[in-house]
Amino acid sequence: MALFEAKNVTKQYGNQLALDNVSISVPEQCIYGLLGPNGAGKTTLIRIINQITGPDTGELFLNGKKLLPSDVQFIGYLPEERGLYKKMKVGEQALYFAQLKGLSKAEAMKRLKYWFTKLDIIDWWGKKVEELSKGMAQKVQFVTTVLHEPKLLIFDEPFTGFDPLNTKIVKNEILFLRERGATIIFSTHNMESVEELCDNITLIDKAKTILEGSVNEIRSKWAANEYDLVFDGDVKIEGNGHYNILKQQTENNKSIIRLKTTSNINTNDILQTLMISGNILSFNPALPSMNEIFIRVIEARN
Amino acid sequence: MNKISVIIKREYVTRVRKKSFIIMTILAPVLMAAIIIVPTFIMMNQSGDFKKIAVIEDNSDLFKGVVKNTKDAEFVYLENTKVEDLKKTFEKAGYYGILYISPELVNTPNAVYIISKKQPPIGLLQHIEGSLKKEIERQKLLAYKIDNLDDIMKNIETNVTIQTKKLDESGVEKGTSTGIAMALAYILGFLMYMLVFIFGAQVMRGVIEEKTSRVVEVIISSVKPIQLMMGKIIGIALVGLTQFMIWIFLTVGIVTVLKTTILPKSGITEISQSMPQNLMSGNQQVAGTTQTAQMSPQLAEFSQMFDNAMNQPWGLIIICFIFYFITGYLLYASVFAAIGSAVDNETETQQFMLPVTIPIILALMVAMGTMQNPESSLSFWCSMIPLTSPIVMMARIPFGVPGWQIVISMLLMVVTFGAFVWMAAKVYRTGILMYGKKTSWKEMWKWLRYSG
Repeated sequence: MALFEAKNVTKQYGNQLALDNVSISVPEQCIYGLLGPNGAGKTTLIRIINQITGPDTGELFLNGKKLLPSDVQFIGYLPEERGLYKKMKVGEQALYFAQLKGLSKAEAMKRLKYWFTKLDIIDWWGKKVEELSKGMAQKVQFVTTVLHEPKLLIFDEPFTGFDPLNTKIVKNEILFLRERGATIIFSTHNMESVEELCDNITLIDKAKTILEGSVNEIRSKWAANEYDLVFDGDVKIEGNGHYNILKQQTENNKSIIRLKTTSNINTNDILQTLMISGNILSFNPALPSMNEIFIRVIEARN
Repeated sequence: MNKISVIIKREYVTRVRKKSFIIMTILAPVLMAAIIIVPTFIMMNQSGDFKKIAVIEDNSDLFKGVVKNTKDAEFVYLENTKVEDLKKTFEKAGYYGILYISPELVNTPNAVYIISKKQPPIGLLQHIEGSLKKEIERQKLLAYKIDNLDDIMKNIETNVTIQTKKLDESGVEKGTSTGIAMALAYILGFLMYMLVFIFGAQVMRGVIEEKTSRVVEVIISSVKPIQLMMGKIIGIALVGLTQFMIWIFLTVGIVTVLKTTILPKSGITEISQSMPQNLMSGNQQVAGTTQTAQMSPQLAEFSQMFDNAMNQPWGLIIICFIFYFITGYLLYASVFAAIGSAVDNETETQQFMLPVTIPIILALMVAMGTMQNPESSLSFWCSMIPLTSPIVMMARIPFGVPGWQIVISMLLMVVTFGAFVWMAAKVYRTGILMYGKKTSWKEMWKWLRYSG
């Protein structure tokens, strides 16, 4: 069952259409990627999910029930632009946000201690936010987002500003939160992390949904008859009527070849013709990266 | 409701803990008291700057002894000395300056001058002018050959100070002073202006801070925009009230201490008995006796002033002040909040600030006019119109305002501030999420009509 659903959401700002009949359905314990070029309408959708603004038309459901204002306690939101009071101390600030989410002071304190220790930021408790580096402030904000253990987490570009080590830490935390039962919607331009983390995605461009589904399905669908072939030793092959060679190179005494089939030929038949040339180590469909798909889809539309 | 109290608490605590708040809260009443007390002290104890002045007449003794010594100036009448001779040496001889009086003075009013290295104080000049004027008048009267002229002169010498008494509703006469009422009107009007403006602007700055640092997005994913706005406005109002209360306590404290130490149980007779010792302790025993007589009326005036100040309707003033502060502040603060939400940084606020500042400045100007003429119809209307009434009404109250006027003014105020808060909330809700777009009044008007 879908934990969160948005049905036929439309939102207009003045003359500008920000969302045009967009629907998403986020299964429980799924990491759901919200992709799209800048200005596509992702942030508007996220704001609507957070009930910061209301849709002009369309309906929102959490756990099968209509989304209510009181549901904010079940949602955690990390906005793209990090927002913390610069002059306020880290601990006090975290406590303040936790209380706004409805946690009692004592409970908030207990959980904050746990998270601050876990992310190794407990030493900054008494420091002012303006003294922290961008990455540090982001960790603090991450904690304030997840502290009330929401069922639905929304991360808008969660990795910008982090060094590779901290990116890894935060990625692991996101996976950990999913394991503990959270459902995550996250918006990003970083396609590698989409491949790594996301189960499902929706790609929005110019206010419309243009691609949606599970990451694996989408990649296979866009695979476009390309295959990666690895031979043992230095092997050269040439294209024929059934396939073209896109590139080939030899590395560490292995030949790596990418080929594209041109007719509806069965892969077994290709393999038979290839086996003659040498000892095949592997033969895989070459899945395009999300990055490629993203660029191809958007470019095709323009 | 619980969330709004969390917001109020944060807004309040972060501000009250600031050093600048603590310093201002303590310093302001001390400064205020100092402004009132220091001149009084100086007036009473001008002993440090004693001047000796040589008086020279051209071979005549027409004005000998006319200019009497005061507590800070001694006049030495020199004979057979030329101004030209003394000019070079008067400083060495210990003189502050030379007063030259020509015998022609009776007919030519400017045949007198004073030579000194420094600009002589106005009080000294007034003393000399007054003495000479009186003497010339006496000498001219002498020409009419009136018997017992000196006795008559002494007899007609009078000092006039008008005492004003206000009849209150129960028919009791109260000593009042227009001066006190004016001063109070000025202080109250100005204080109201400062408070509304300072704390209103704080609301605006707070909103801009939240908007530019994008904190607002996190917060309004937890609470409604109106909760955040009202939480901020109320939190800052409480800061203002806290400051105001502390000011009242400190001022009352300082005044009480003053009253018991400087003016013990201020009866006029007691003062004139107790004061000479203080004055005599200076270095001018010579002039002591004459000065006692001079000081008494001054002190009496001071004590009278004190009593008059106490006769002001303080309860009403404080209640009205708090009411007008809260409503006036809420009105302006909500406008300031709306402005803050519509801009991306503080410099952009200017185009919106002007139309908001105009009624406040106008109110302040009318309040100043009120001090001259509290009954004018301009003052009346401005004390009714909600945009100006907090400041103007406060300036009117020390002069006495009929109860019905206060009630109507307050009712109008409540209705208007409600409407303003409602409108501001609508603009605010849209404004805080708008970035990178220059906002115009037209745009804000559109936001006002957005629904949902």
